[in-house]
Parts: sequence; C-alpha cells; structure tokens
Amino acid sequence: MNHNILLAGFGGQGILFAGKFLAYSGMLHDKFVSWLPSYGPAMRGGTANCSVIIGNTPIGSPIVNKPDILIAMNLPSLDKYEPECAPNALVILDSSLIGRSLVRTDLSGCYIPATALADENGLKGMANMIMLGKLTAASSVCAADDIEAVLKKTVPERKKELFEANFKALRLGYEYRS
Amino acid sequence: MIVFERPKALSDVATHYCPGCTHGIIHRLVAEIMDELDICGKTVGIAPVGCAVLAYDYFECDMIEAPHGRAPAVATGVKRALPDSCVFTYQGDGDLAAIGMGEIIHAAARGEKITVIFVNNAIYGMTGGQMAPTTLPGQVTETSPYGRNTDISGYPIKVCELLAGIDGTYYAERVAVDSVKNVLQAKKALKKAFSNQCQGLGFNVVEVVSSCPTNWGLSSSKALEWLRESMLPYYPLGVYRDMGKKDEATV
Amino acid sequence: MEKVLMKGNEALAEAAIMAGCRHFFGYPITPQTEVAAYMSKRMPEVNGLYLQAESEIASINMVLGAASAGVRVMTSSSSPGISLMGEGISYMAGCDLPAVIVNIQRGGPGLGGIQPAQSDYFQATRACGHGDFHLMVLAPNSIQEIVDLTQRAFNLADIYRTPVMILGDGILGQMMEPVTLERIPEAELPEKSWATTGTSGKRRKNITTSLWLQPDKLEKSNFARFERYALIQQKEPLWEEYLTEDADIVLVAYGAVSRICKNAIIAAREKGVKAGLLRPITLWPFPSRPLLELVDRVKTFICAEMSMGQMIEDVRAAIAYRKPVTLCGHTGGVVHTPEEILAQIEAANGGTQP
Repeated sequence: MNHNILLAGFGGQGILFAGKFLAYSGMLHDKFVSWLPSYGPAMRGGTANCSVIIGNTPIGSPIVNKPDILIAMNLPSLDKYEPECAPNALVILDSSLIGRSLVRTDLSGCYIPATALADENGLKGMANMIMLGKLTAASSVCAADDIEAVLKKTVPERKKELFEANFKALRLGYEYRS
Repeated sequence: MIVFERPKALSDVATHYCPGCTHGIIHRLVAEIMDELDICGKTVGIAPVGCAVLAYDYFECDMIEAPHGRAPAVATGVKRALPDSCVFTYQGDGDLAAIGMGEIIHAAARGEKITVIFVNNAIYGMTGGQMAPTTLPGQVTETSPYGRNTDISGYPIKVCELLAGIDGTYYAERVAVDSVKNVLQAKKALKKAFSNQCQGLGFNVVEVVSSCPTNWGLSSSKALEWLRESMLPYYPLGVYRDMGKKDEATV
Repeated sequence: MEKVLMKGNEALAEAAIMAGCRHFFGYPITPQTEVAAYMSKRMPEVNGLYLQAESEIASINMVLGAASAGVRVMTSSSSPGISLMGEGISYMAGCDLPAVIVNIQRGGPGLGGIQPAQSDYFQATRACGHGDFHLMVLAPNSIQEIVDLTQRAFNLADIYRTPVMILGDGILGQMMEPVTLERIPEAELPEKSWATTGTSGKRRKNITTSLWLQPDKLEKSNFARFERYALIQQKEPLWEEYLTEDADIVLVAYGAVSRICKNAIIAAREKGVKAGLLRPITLWPFPSRPLLELVDRVKTFICAEMSMGQMIEDVRAAIAYRKPVTLCGHTGGVVHTPEEILAQIEAANGGTQP
C-alpha cells in the first residue's frame, strides 16, 4: 500500500524539509517515492503544503488529494484538509497552534504541542521534526531505527551542527505521550 | 608594384549597395584591419537586419546573420563559446538604436569583449527611407514627411554618448567617412576597436556617421555636404570613452 | 548507481551538464527558475558558463550565437518567456542550429498564472515562431525520464541540426523523485563542419543565415529541412502504452497528466472497466501510428490535457476520425484529479458499472 502524506502549515515552518525527510526515509528502503511542494506566493509566508507518496508500486499522480496521513501545523491547514482526508486517516496536529479537535470521528488524531515543545527545549523552528518524531511513533512510514541514517541524507554537510538538534527534536516527538 | 589591391578579408564580389553609399568604404576599412592584424581566420562577424544584411557575402571571415537588433546577443553567444575568437557586429541605426537598444546596452554593461561597428546615416535605408531613431529634428523622411517633429517623435539618440556612460564600455569613438582625413581617422578608431578586443579588452564601439544619398534624395557629393553641415553638429566626432587613456581628457 | 532525490528542474540542469552542455543563457521566470539557479551554481564547477541575459529575447539569441559557434547550449523558460523567444527559435530553425530549449509550462494566455499547464502544445508543435518549421518536442513524465530525455535532446539536436524543445510543466519542474544520474549510450554524431568558429585560414568561410532572397532558393532550403523532418517522423516517435492490449477505452495524455491518468485507469479496472493509456513521449513527431493501430479494437478515446483541447487535434487526426475522442481538459493551472478522469472513463463506458 502507498502512504499518501500531506504536510501543511505556514511558509517557514519547514514543511518542505519535513517532506524531504519522509521521502528519504522511503528511499532508504528502495521504495517508490515522490515529493511535490505547493509553489508560488505560498512560499512567502502564506500556507505551504507538500505531497509525499511512499509506496511499493510505481507512483502515478504525485498530488495527494486524499491524504491517509495529514500533518497539520496550523489551523487553516486543518480546516482545509480535514474534510479531504481518506477514511480512517491519521492526522497529526500541532496542538499548540491548533485550538480545536478533529471534527470527523473516523480519523485517528495525534495531538502534540510541537511548537511549544520546541520552544521549551531550545529547538526553536524544529516543531516540524517533532511532528515527524510523532509520526514515526504513530505509523509505519518511517522506522525509529532509520532516523539517524535519514537525517544524514537530509541535513547537508555544511549545516552539520543542525544534525544534533534535529535528532533531538525527532526523539522528543517520538517519545512524547499526551 | 601593386599599390592598391582588394584586402584579402574582403570578398571578390560586387556589393548591392547604392551608388555613393558609404557602407563600401566601411567594409573596406574593416577588411583592411582584419588583414593588417591577421585576424580574419579567427574572426566571426555578425550581420544585422538592414542595408548591411548581406554583409556576410562581403567578408571572408565566418559570418552570422542575426535577427533584427539582436547582433550583440548573438555576438555574446559566440564570444562566450569561443573566447579566443574575434567577434564584431556591424549594425545600422534601426538595428542598434531602435529595436536592438536593449541588447546593445546590456552587451556594453557586461563589458562584452566584442567590437561594434555602428553605422549612423539618420535614416532607414533598406526599407526605403523611413525615420530612424537618429533622424535629425526637422529631417524629412518617408515617415516624417513634414520633418521630424520632436513633439510627436521625440529626439534623436546619441549612441556614442549613451554607451560611453556605461561602466562596461572600454572604448567608444564617433567617426565619419565623408573625407579622406575622416576616413583615415575612422580606420584608426576601428583598428583600435579590434586591437583592444584582441588584447582581451572590451566593450568597443565605433559609431560611423555615414551618408545615404538614395534615401536623402541627394547626389553623393551633396550628401556628404549635408552630412557635414547637418549631422556632424548634432553628432560631434571624437573619443567619448577610452579606458586605455583614462587620464586624458575626452570630448 | 546510487539514487538521489532531485527536483525535476534541477535534474534537467544536471542532465544537460552530463550531456556536455557548458553554456546556458537564461532569464528567471516561475516555475522554471531552479534550472537557472542550479546552472548558476553548477556551471562554474565544470568550467561552464551561466549567463543571465537581460531578456528571453537576448537569451535565445545568445543561444543562437553559441550554437553557431558549435557548442552544446541550452536555455530554459516558461510560457510567456517562450513566446518572447519565438523570433529567435524561428531563426535557429532557419539556420539549422542545434540547441535545447526548455519550456516548463504555466497557465496562460498573457501573464496567466504560475501553476502547471499544458496550454503551449500548439505553440510547441505547430508554431513556435513564423515560417515553415518544426521543433522536436520531448515530453517527459518523471524525473528519471527528464534525465534521460534531456541527454537525448542534445543528441537529437546535433544529429538533425534542429532546436529541440523539452516541454514540461510546473508539476514536473517542482516535484522530486529518486533518480539515477546515468549517462545514456553515446550516439554517433555528425561533425559540425558548418560551425562559425573562424576559418583559421584553412577552409572557405561558413555562413549562418536564414535569409534566402530568391524564392526558389528558400524553397529548396525548406525542402531540404523537411526531408530531415520526414526522417525524424519515421525514426524518432516515442511513446508508452499502459494496459492498452485489451483496452476498450484509451486515454491519451502526456507529461504530469499521464501520471494522474494511471491512477484513474487502475481505479477503473478495479471497477471492471478496461481502460488503458497511450502516452506520447515525443509530441513532435507525434506517435500517430501506434494510435491508429489501436483504432479498431478501442471503443473510444479520451484526451486528458491541461488545456482547452490542443493535443486532441493530433489524436483525432492520428485515428483518422474513426472513433470518438472526448476531451478531459483543465486550464489556467487547475490540475486533474484521478476521480474526475475516472468519472469520464465510466461515462465513456456507458455509465457506472454495477
């Protein structure tokens, strides 16, 4: 089965980078992978989203219209994409920025105050990775054991100092229990 | 002893230019310079759209016929691909100063190591005598039958002055080919514009004030008189920029 | 060889470098700007040149000059920029100059939008400029195919002495997929004895021109070019067929839309509707023959494209108007969903299956 993942939030929250991380986690196991960002004015502070598909069969459309995993990092994104989710989809949402629960009862929700956790732990700007840590715990998209290898692929050599912080953020999300 | 012969870089064909037209003189000067500098074998010339569109038939070096006004961009492509070559454009006033103004300004701004020969005869020749960007105020042409009205059509563009104001320009001089003395000076300027390029220096432009007896409706000699009396006061001859002689006063 | 995750625009640029392209002239425009950005970073590392021109008009003429000088050269743009290049492209075709021109299409007409579109099909395959000429037009639908076809484009340009266009869209330009940056097999290429590189005093001069004032000479020059075009039409059409063997309904789509069609076809087959896809990879030459070969066994064709119906004319002509062809179209940057294509397949099949 293919994972159809939609990551959505504000520009600047690291939505595209988080998507890239997931794409690499799929590549690590030789899966079919695609990554498609929204582009244009969305890059400049508006809403940004990113479609990631990981699977065992060749990928047709790279656009995720009906996500079975939604990572929502702000309220407008949840408002927009909750109704679009596939039945029984997994929704991971940043509860420090989204002040409501899921409306649909078929969805499984994971509420994690990622932005607050990031700020408290000196990981400002890494709420995206905390969300991914939570996703790792809550689904089979990415194995916990792969995190280090995937981070090595995604964090460029010249930003090596960010590796530790990213790793910490992922672990924080992975271990978070509400 | 042969005292006068065809430059090797000039093709042995009859040109299509009108009687009394000064393109022939300028072609010959360019060819003589290619011979004297022994650069014909490494030169690529770019012909314009306009009277000189067939210039590729008249020079013995490799030639490209460019879209209207785009010769400086084509020259840029050639020179960047072949940095050791010598590249010149040969353009008229419509080609360079109207439709191709963007390309010439930016080629100058980039300091392209090329040589631009700009032939200014204040009129569109090939299409039969219409107003050019360099047509003088009051000058009668087919499309300014009451004389160029600056209220409607604005003012002529002084190309040398314009390009001399650009940091990337290395050398800019305006010459004329109306007299033996001026032709000799024109050759000096053109030779410098080619020599500079051969030494890796550019951008080089030589504006040649030229005549068009056919479309001016004058005899050859009257045309040269008109050039002297009407054009030269508006387009003064001289060096407008020479980065090789930074300290010397320019015009 | 290791797979790397790359954006379509960047993979295209790298593939051009792999093909030996060391000269790139361009002007920024969304959604192809990454091609230029990648080139500006990468070219100096391989002793190549990235030059940002003052306009698309200047870019294409720099390409003309460099191509005439005999080097492999490329430019890239998006729809409005390609319109500006039309003049230069026509001259290049008339001068028989090889080069690669990339159009990552966006919605139009006019300034249009910046979201994906396929509404430059007519422009690419019919009239990228004035006069009697064609471009070869390649339309990849994956990042791997971008890498392969970009390299192939340079070979085709050199072999047939023609500008070759790579026609993509915003989705392909922006999406990432794993790719292997592998060289395609080397092709036998003709020598560029026509190039204006300077005579070195060793040969007669070369002239690059598209001007022929005598009608008979211009006609002769065009005839010669169309003889090459005939060869291209005979030898170079590329296409992919997906589940067409038993298909009652065949979709025709290229580029990103062809991928969405595959989702719809899988869904249709799950519902018992035999649908398939013929995907033109070369848009010019258009793969007419394989379409014609399907015509007897297929009930109906659906042409899915992000335009108001442009490729559909080639599809209808290819099958000699013998079966119905309906359009599943979107325009302005709106992208098809698999569901709506599925609905059209079901409608074509005579309503929803039980």
